[in-house]
Amino acid sequence: MLLSQLHKGDEAVIVRINADSTLRNRLSSFGVVRGERLKVKGCSLAKKTMEIEIEHTLLALREMEASKIEVSQVGEVS
Amino acid sequence: MEKITVVLAGQPNVGKSSLINAISDAKLKVGNFAGVTVDKMELDITYCDEQTCTDYMIHVVDLPGTYSLVDYTQEERVTKDALLEGDYDLIVNVVDSTHLQRNLLLTTELLELGKKMVVVLNMIDEAQNEGIEIDEKQLSIILGVPCVKTSASQKIGIKELEESIVKVAHQQETPSKVIYSDFIEEEIDRIEFFFQMRKYKTSLSYRELAIKLLQEDTQTYKKIHDEPIWIELQHIVREALEHLYLHTGTQDIKDIFADEYFAFAKGAKMEVMSRKSMRAKNFTQKIDNLLINKYLGIPIFFIFMWVLFQLTFEIGAIPMDLIDASFSWLGDKAKVVLGNGWLGSLVADGMIAGVGSVMMFLPNIMILFFGIALLETTGYMSRVSFMLDGFFHRFGLHGKSFIPLVTGFGCSVPAYMAARTLKNEKDRLLTLFIIGFMSCGARLPIYVLFIGAFFGDQNAGNWLFLIYMIGAILGLISAKILHLYVFKGEDEPFVMEMPKYRLPSLALIWHTVYGQSKSYMKKAGTFILAASMMVWFASNYPKNQEIQKSYEQKIEQLQTQEEKTKLANEMQSQLLKESYLGKVGEASAWFFAPLGFDWKMSIALETGLAAKEVVVSTLGVLYSLGGETDEQSASLRSQLKEHIPLPSAIAFIVFVMIYLPCFAASMVFAREAGGWKYLLYLFVFTTTTAWILSFLAYNVSKIILGV
Repeated sequence: MLLSQLHKGDEAVIVRINADSTLRNRLSSFGVVRGERLKVKGCSLAKKTMEIEIEHTLLALREMEASKIEVSQVGEVS
Repeated sequence: MEKITVVLAGQPNVGKSSLINAISDAKLKVGNFAGVTVDKMELDITYCDEQTCTDYMIHVVDLPGTYSLVDYTQEERVTKDALLEGDYDLIVNVVDSTHLQRNLLLTTELLELGKKMVVVLNMIDEAQNEGIEIDEKQLSIILGVPCVKTSASQKIGIKELEESIVKVAHQQETPSKVIYSDFIEEEIDRIEFFFQMRKYKTSLSYRELAIKLLQEDTQTYKKIHDEPIWIELQHIVREALEHLYLHTGTQDIKDIFADEYFAFAKGAKMEVMSRKSMRAKNFTQKIDNLLINKYLGIPIFFIFMWVLFQLTFEIGAIPMDLIDASFSWLGDKAKVVLGNGWLGSLVADGMIAGVGSVMMFLPNIMILFFGIALLETTGYMSRVSFMLDGFFHRFGLHGKSFIPLVTGFGCSVPAYMAARTLKNEKDRLLTLFIIGFMSCGARLPIYVLFIGAFFGDQNAGNWLFLIYMIGAILGLISAKILHLYVFKGEDEPFVMEMPKYRLPSLALIWHTVYGQSKSYMKKAGTFILAASMMVWFASNYPKNQEIQKSYEQKIEQLQTQEEKTKLANEMQSQLLKESYLGKVGEASAWFFAPLGFDWKMSIALETGLAAKEVVVSTLGVLYSLGGETDEQSASLRSQLKEHIPLPSAIAFIVFVMIYLPCFAASMVFAREAGGWKYLLYLFVFTTTTAWILSFLAYNVSKIILGV
């Protein structure tokens, strides 16, 4: 499952990052690496960008970048 | 006095600039988003060690914030180059205590440079409020460098930091204490052992050398490649690398070490940090629920902007009349003292009229900068970037373009520099090209003047908001066109931190507003003053004696005051037409005639290339000369309303909105864009667009108004 497919309130663990090394570096400098747990905090209109929380840091991602992050979902707030 | 050079390195938004402000009296700009410091800043502070009674000069170099040492954006490159090649004694690594793990990642990379270092745990007061406890002694042991807890805003730990800097500067360089996973350590040991056996001579430690070899550091390879030891070493390193590949399942050595750094940073954090409550986080969360709400977020943002422009006009108008009145009083007095000769005219009509017309707008400028500073320091800007990225992306822009663009409403100069946060060259150029569409603070006086004159004060705030919005929309449309036809290419990924909301201290905001107002007034006192005098001279000379004589004779023959005034005005404009300025205006009249501008307006636009404030002062000088005999209509506003037809005024506003920014901004633009040719492109692009749109505005409004 991809990060871009998650919804507000979903929690997931990062399984794999399918990005080139520049983007991967950028992501890892924010703490977005394999094995870390994240939570989707919100999406902008039409889900163009999403906000995630990882290790107490709030991050904004574009859908394009989110679709390069494979996750496995662990929790959901109904 | 001993000099110690310190480089300040840290991730963006950890309070490096605030920290400098706390240790010294320097006033650096502080914001709450990535990219406030875009260039190196340097300053000296003196420090006295009371125990040894020695004075030290600490030379501080503030580097732009960087998330890691991988050169991703231009500012990160500035930092990396300075760290690798700069001549300094030690690194002061500023760390945000509330985001320890992420910050320690950079610390780890810095440790690997093997330089002397002090780690500053900044914002410790904020961390305590969030229930975060950090054991800095334990962290010192893990990292092998001293750690000092500070708070720039509360001025905690500043003295301890200065002490540590002096202490560390006198110590030996300490080798990196970063410990890797067992499988990497094994390979390091093996290579180290080999060097020991061969008693290899090197300036680095064997461990450092081994790590550099495993990291495939080009410089190290180049050096060792030419030595006999290479023949054997080659096999050992290759084998070691193969083991690493096998162990991690990837062939990318950079990735392997990135994972290692991450593990080290996380491990260090787990060992030294404990968190009790989540209070502050909830605060940000609650505000975010509203401010970046899917549907409400953008309308709320527009309401904020609308309120800002309303305030700019409404509150700004209160002291305006007073300033205006006091300058015209001053002008009258000057004429009484100096007489009606050339000196009196130079001082009253040139200097005082010119500077006064610019000073009048100081209150507006202060309110606008106050608003922008408030949005910057609270952390709201990043939220707006987040919300608008989807929308911006359609126009070929990046969500991060938003920050330079909004800065552009204040002043184009910092806006051009703020565009450096954009990594992608195409995105950056595109943003640079449309920053000018965001009307800067210096254009505000022109709008305020024209709105006041032609649309009245009743809806002035709305008109102002409309002008700014139209400018922004035109900018977006241009961005789309430029993106489609000129700056084609791949888009930059959008990954951005959203800082916590912070309540900015009033002192901080005041300092921004004060700084901006001061530079505005300084400009009025120097540049504008000189320009006003030049405009005055060019509009008064050469004096055509014949015209003057013939009119004066005619005036004397007339009986009523009314007729005299009328003729005197006619004489003035005849004289103006014959002056240097009139000649220039006439020469360029063909260009501006289709837009409905008279030669006075054309001249104002031309002088406005130097600075936008000059447009107003030029109009002030030109119209005060033209109508000095008529005391009933002393103010520039009514002069304009009397002499300029409404469609021309609208076209004028449109032209001002779009054409080239001031001289200073143009210089910065050329530097940031990377060449003079870009400035030429910008000139052609803005002038053409301005002309075409003004032409349309003029003709359309003529038809609508039925003039």
